[in-house]
Amino acid sequence: MHKKGINVALFSVFLTIITLLAGCEPLLVLDPKGPQAERQASDILLSIGVMSVIVLVVFALLVYMLVKYRASKQRADYEPPHIEGNLWVEVVMVGIPVIIVAFLSYVSVQSNYIVEAKPKGYEDKEPLVVYASSSNWKWHFSYPEEGIETVNYLYIPTDRPLEFKLYSYGPITSFWIPQLGGQKYAMGDHVTTLHLAADVPGEFMGRNANFSGKGFAENTFNVTAMSQEDFDDWVKEVKETAKPITEKKFEELLEPGHLGQQTYTGTHLEFSPAPAGHDHSEESSETPETETQTESHTGHEGMSH
Amino acid sequence: MDFFDRFAVPHPSLAIYASMAAIGLTIIAVIAGLTYFKKWGYLWREWLTTVDHKRIGIMYLLSALLMLFRGGVDAIMMRAQLAVPENTLLDAQHYNEIFTTHGIVMILFMAMPFIMFFMNFVVPLQIGARDVAFPRLNALSFWLFFMGAMLFNISFVVGGSPDAGWTSYFPLAGTEFSESVGNNYYMIAIQIAGIGTLMTGINFITTILKMRAPGMTLMKMPMFTWSALIANVIIVFAFPVLAVLLAMGTLDRQFGTHFFTMDNGGMDMLWANIFWVWGHPEVYILILPAFGIYSEVISTFARRNLYGYKSMVGSMVIISLLSFLVWAHHFFTMGQGAFTNSIFSITTMAIAVPTGVKIFNWLLTLRKGKIVFTTPMLYSMLFIPLFTLGGVTGVMLAMSAADYQYHNTMFLVAHFHNVIIPGVVYAMLAGLHYYWPKMFGFMLNEKIGKWTAWLLSIGFILAFMPMYVSGLDGQARRMYTYSEAAGFGLMNMISFVGAAIMAIGFVLIVYNIYYSTRYESRDISNDPWDARTLEWSTHTPVPEYNFAILPDVRSNEALWDAKKNGHVLFKGEYQKIHMPNNSGIPFIMSCIFFVWGFSFVFSLWIPVILTTIGIFVCMALRSFEQDHGRYISVKEIEETETNLRGA
Repeated sequence: MHKKGINVALFSVFLTIITLLAGCEPLLVLDPKGPQAERQASDILLSIGVMSVIVLVVFALLVYMLVKYRASKQRADYEPPHIEGNLWVEVVMVGIPVIIVAFLSYVSVQSNYIVEAKPKGYEDKEPLVVYASSSNWKWHFSYPEEGIETVNYLYIPTDRPLEFKLYSYGPITSFWIPQLGGQKYAMGDHVTTLHLAADVPGEFMGRNANFSGKGFAENTFNVTAMSQEDFDDWVKEVKETAKPITEKKFEELLEPGHLGQQTYTGTHLEFSPAPAGHDHSEESSETPETETQTESHTGHEGMSH
Repeated sequence: MDFFDRFAVPHPSLAIYASMAAIGLTIIAVIAGLTYFKKWGYLWREWLTTVDHKRIGIMYLLSALLMLFRGGVDAIMMRAQLAVPENTLLDAQHYNEIFTTHGIVMILFMAMPFIMFFMNFVVPLQIGARDVAFPRLNALSFWLFFMGAMLFNISFVVGGSPDAGWTSYFPLAGTEFSESVGNNYYMIAIQIAGIGTLMTGINFITTILKMRAPGMTLMKMPMFTWSALIANVIIVFAFPVLAVLLAMGTLDRQFGTHFFTMDNGGMDMLWANIFWVWGHPEVYILILPAFGIYSEVISTFARRNLYGYKSMVGSMVIISLLSFLVWAHHFFTMGQGAFTNSIFSITTMAIAVPTGVKIFNWLLTLRKGKIVFTTPMLYSMLFIPLFTLGGVTGVMLAMSAADYQYHNTMFLVAHFHNVIIPGVVYAMLAGLHYYWPKMFGFMLNEKIGKWTAWLLSIGFILAFMPMYVSGLDGQARRMYTYSEAAGFGLMNMISFVGAAIMAIGFVLIVYNIYYSTRYESRDISNDPWDARTLEWSTHTPVPEYNFAILPDVRSNEALWDAKKNGHVLFKGEYQKIHMPNNSGIPFIMSCIFFVWGFSFVFSLWIPVILTTIGIFVCMALRSFEQDHGRYISVKEIEETETNLRGA
């Protein structure tokens, strides 16, 4: 009864996972709308495949052992032998996992360089740079090129690489749009870069994925991907209708709390630039000056309460 | 008035006032009971001042079981809150406090003492020793752990609970974003308990290396002792890191330094880095002794020697080394670039190889065996498939590019519960049922035990498998609520049902202890499981000195050899045995530590200074004490042995 129980229980778990993963409504992460998310989804599916084989082998071996060597199935006087081990068995036991791990490592390393670079298929296009900064519990998106800023929502053009510059005016947060690609941290003392792109127009969920206190659950933003023309129209409209962001206004926005979606002309980068400390990755090309550093820290102090 | 405000509950709710009342009533009941039955003297002489490793072990066990329920209630409340979208059972602050304390309590105040229970109770018996190397230090370790745990637990009702997650990332955990004393409790309580753990590590390395019975070379040590040795080596390397980290955090919070703040050159990622330099090895401190217990249980009930003894030892050594080389996989998304991520991705996946070796060794131990399904064996057999699932999702998480999608989601939560529950908790429960007769002289009921194992497993599958799905669907961890439109409702409801089933399972364990205490037969042999290692060659109950004559060991299954090959374990005549005296100082010193910690949390510097002096006075008293222990005479040994043999 026991071995059967194990067998049935585990098999049903397995089936549940498979059916749910392949279910009618695709899970966000497995429903990619951009090249980075696509690479990640294919890595995930590949690893699920490889791992399923391992799980099945272990389950099969376990069931076999439990069925065949149960005490109740054996002669009463059966004495199990003393077996120390076997070199060849152990070579296989180590060898096969090493091969599997080596294969997955190879894939993993490749993917690392892919998700950290400009998205595939977009190499020759000029990226749209968006500064995404978080404060308790909001997201501020600055479009320096367009000279506009939004709060808690993001409009992006399709067919153009996106380069997000992430930092935080509070606790560590994590910028995540599952359907466009995996997350990256936004921190107070330096800027991290996340490369994304959207292949098709649509509405996507974005959120802070790293716990940041009381308002964390509602720390979300909407992402709308549209054609470059629509995007240009939107920028034009914003420039005509929105109010400019001032230092005073921005200080107000940084106060902890939840805000709806807001739009401004100009960006806060002009008076509160992104931090430039502890630089060690690709953005080190911009050599930080002492002056900028002090300035950015003034910005931090402005939001302490 | 201001003074008292600081100690008030900053976050009042019915649940907290109820627990306050419950704590108060329990304390009154305990004091009244002890007075009524005139047990104060007994409690002091036999337990509070004991230096006997077996009793200290049992006290660890009691604390662990208590904390299991404390952390379990947190878990149920969390799952209940998330069971339906937009639930208002708990508010955000309360939820944040609960998941923070759930994590700390379960890892540091439940799993750790459970491990310490096994090490204390089993290791000296398994290596044929009469006690640990430093019995008084051992008592001090326990009491420091206990006082740390108590200090942490009163945070809920006095002054405020930690609320920045069990990882307590700065700057969120700093004073700027977390003003209450909650995170002071975190820093100080864990510090006190951590000092105790570090001393245990030193104590057990010494015990295992210096006090083995004649003939027991390193490669003849039973597997649990091996796992304990390696776990203790990891403790000695990892816990100083934690001590320094917590000290830095304390300085930041209470003395205005800027190690982890955003201004004045502080570096928020530094906390995460140092935390995981301790935190990842900590995982292996828990899992390796669990592996050791599985090895004992599986070889006992497969009625066969453990397959691949040498590769088991080798794989544990490799795991212990690798455990220090993978910490950055906890923050692949911190922007350290593709190269760094690649290195840590590979080292992390590499751990799958030695872990796989162990799984295959256990499977091959079953081969050609004669498998008996007892409760401990059932837990071990459920462990293999469930832990394999957790292990392979660990490999998935190790692929750093894909981890960008798993990080901070319920997928991760599912993974680590999938390794910790079947890996560590099942081992603890298997070991609890396995060693219960040696501790108390009767078995736990097998039927209830098996029901429990199945219930826990069904509950476990229902509770945690849906999290893999909702994680891939974008549910971040630590969200106290979610909208209807998010579509996480169904999966979270299934999780809640699973958690409730697990809760029934844990209550059944208590019922089993109650039932077995009342009805199970006391007429059991010293070796009820027909086991293979030395701890089962002792009398039940184990006399204070463990072994009247130190055993003569020829292999890693000394008792089995004695039973099957006619080898004589105990040769020679009784000689007087040297034993340490009981001491009140460890308990008293830890009480002072408790007051010290409490005062520190609230920055009451005068009591802090006074208690610091008190601690040093205790140490000074000890160093001037002329205590050389005592001898148990041959006559006394003869009497004890005759009594026990007759029973």
